[in-house]
Amino acid sequence: MASIDIRPTTRRRMSVGAWYVVAVGLIALIVFTADWDTMKSQFANGEIAKALWPDIVVIAMWNTIWYTLVSFVVGTVFATLLALMKMSSGPPKWFAIGFIELFRGLPALVTIMACMYVIPIAFNGTKIPGGSVGAGLVALIVVTSAYGSEIIRAGIEAVPKGQREAASSLGMPASTTNLWVVLPQAFRIVLPPLTNEFVTLLKDTSLLYVAGTTIATRELTSFSRSWLTYYGNATPLVLGALCYLIITIPLTYLVSRMEKKFAVKK
Amino acid sequence: MSDLTQDSDAGVIGTGTHLSNLPTVDPSAEPSAEVPVDGSARLSNLPARDTPDPSAPPIRVVNLRKSFGELEVLKGINLTVERREVVCVIGPSGSGKSTLLRSVNMLEPPTSGEVLIEGINMCDPDVNLDLVRARIGMVFQQFNLFPHMTVLRNVTIAQQKVLKRSKAEAERVAAEMLARVGLTEKLDVHPSQLSGGQQQRVAIARSLAMNPDMMLFDEPTSALDPELVGEVLEVMRDLAKSGMTMMVVTHEMGFAREVGTRLIFMDDGVVIEEGDPREVLANPQQARTQSFLSKVL
Repeated sequence: MASIDIRPTTRRRMSVGAWYVVAVGLIALIVFTADWDTMKSQFANGEIAKALWPDIVVIAMWNTIWYTLVSFVVGTVFATLLALMKMSSGPPKWFAIGFIELFRGLPALVTIMACMYVIPIAFNGTKIPGGSVGAGLVALIVVTSAYGSEIIRAGIEAVPKGQREAASSLGMPASTTNLWVVLPQAFRIVLPPLTNEFVTLLKDTSLLYVAGTTIATRELTSFSRSWLTYYGNATPLVLGALCYLIITIPLTYLVSRMEKKFAVKK
Repeated sequence: MSDLTQDSDAGVIGTGTHLSNLPTVDPSAEPSAEVPVDGSARLSNLPARDTPDPSAPPIRVVNLRKSFGELEVLKGINLTVERREVVCVIGPSGSGKSTLLRSVNMLEPPTSGEVLIEGINMCDPDVNLDLVRARIGMVFQQFNLFPHMTVLRNVTIAQQKVLKRSKAEAERVAAEMLARVGLTEKLDVHPSQLSGGQQQRVAIARSLAMNPDMMLFDEPTSALDPELVGEVLEVMRDLAKSGMTMMVVTHEMGFAREVGTRLIFMDDGVVIEEGDPREVLANPQQARTQSFLSKVL
């Protein structure tokens, strides 16, 4: 009965304390029960790590980054065009709807394989330039533009109607209004979901393994997988995972700084 | 069609029948009269449609109707604004006064009727609206400045993109117009860092930088804190003094009385009464005008 009478500050301190107890307990459990020797040799083997250096960075990580950048930049340009088409009327609108529904509905893997194998068969040996990487990148661009267009359309619709009206009243044609008034604001609004799309794409570059990559064109996942098989040891996979985090964590930090900067300006 | 005057429908003494003084050349009648049948006829028609007629009134609205779905907000408006006139439009909310103003530059395309800007038929699909709009300044209740641009950029962007002025020339004009509205500093900040009154003055400068032939004001002081209303009205008063043709939707009866050359009272989508502002405000003839003014004055 007397225990009911706890002061709010005391109660708050007790609840924070309980969280610490749980966290320390969990860490202790892992530290004392895990087989550290096996862990070290299986997941953090220094010898293997030395053997993978510097290829894991200069080939695998570099490929991952440039596949992502190319597909993201080109894909976002097409996504913007698709968004504007979908918001127009007539044939451009129908085309945009068809394109978006098709490539949003298909798994990215299927689109990649279609670009790789179906196009050469269907069009009598016509191949997408750039070999398997070229075909894979075209597929990623297509997928990114389909997903990105819906994000960008939401951004365009979130720009207040008065902005377009003000631009029109100054005599700006629709194209000028879009380019200088609406789209710059729309992109600021959709920066967080667009970053999300970027990170998804970064990881989707791993799907390019189905395109069959050579040593020089491997990205992080295919690189790690092949060395995993070769050594029968998970160290390459752990290093590959670290490389992804090395890209994504600074990126999200950068984006949150950009968001703050735009928020002040707005 | 060209015989419709603004005063006959309203049934009130206006400031005179402006139309009767005008030359009878009326380009508005042409487009509907001779619909082009082949490409050549259309081509030869083009310059005439886009070229302003200096003898035509800046704004002429003929039997304008506008419906939003089932709701008819403008029920046949006739109105002519002559050069250097300052026409103030008052009326209760929902009377259609803002819609009327917004249909002058086709932000609200009318359901039927015509809008003629310096003789150019704005409802003609072959008229390049952007060209005409560049000559009509518009100031909005919510300012509608571009939030991602600096104050200076807000005033230069349309000059550069629409009038194709050089950056230096645009910035010179911008500085001049901003000085005219009383802003000589803070040109490099973003609009959010300005007070409402300052933002609205930037918006006026942005319109003036296009050298407009006329200005439309859509409740320019309604979103402002009371102590900031004065500075915006002051700028508008100077503008009127300089001879700008203005059409102002407002709740500022003092401004209408002092600066307006004509007052229009609207209710329920029609012009109820119009005339000299002092006369209408002091001695309204219509019952609805009397009732409205008794509530706001």
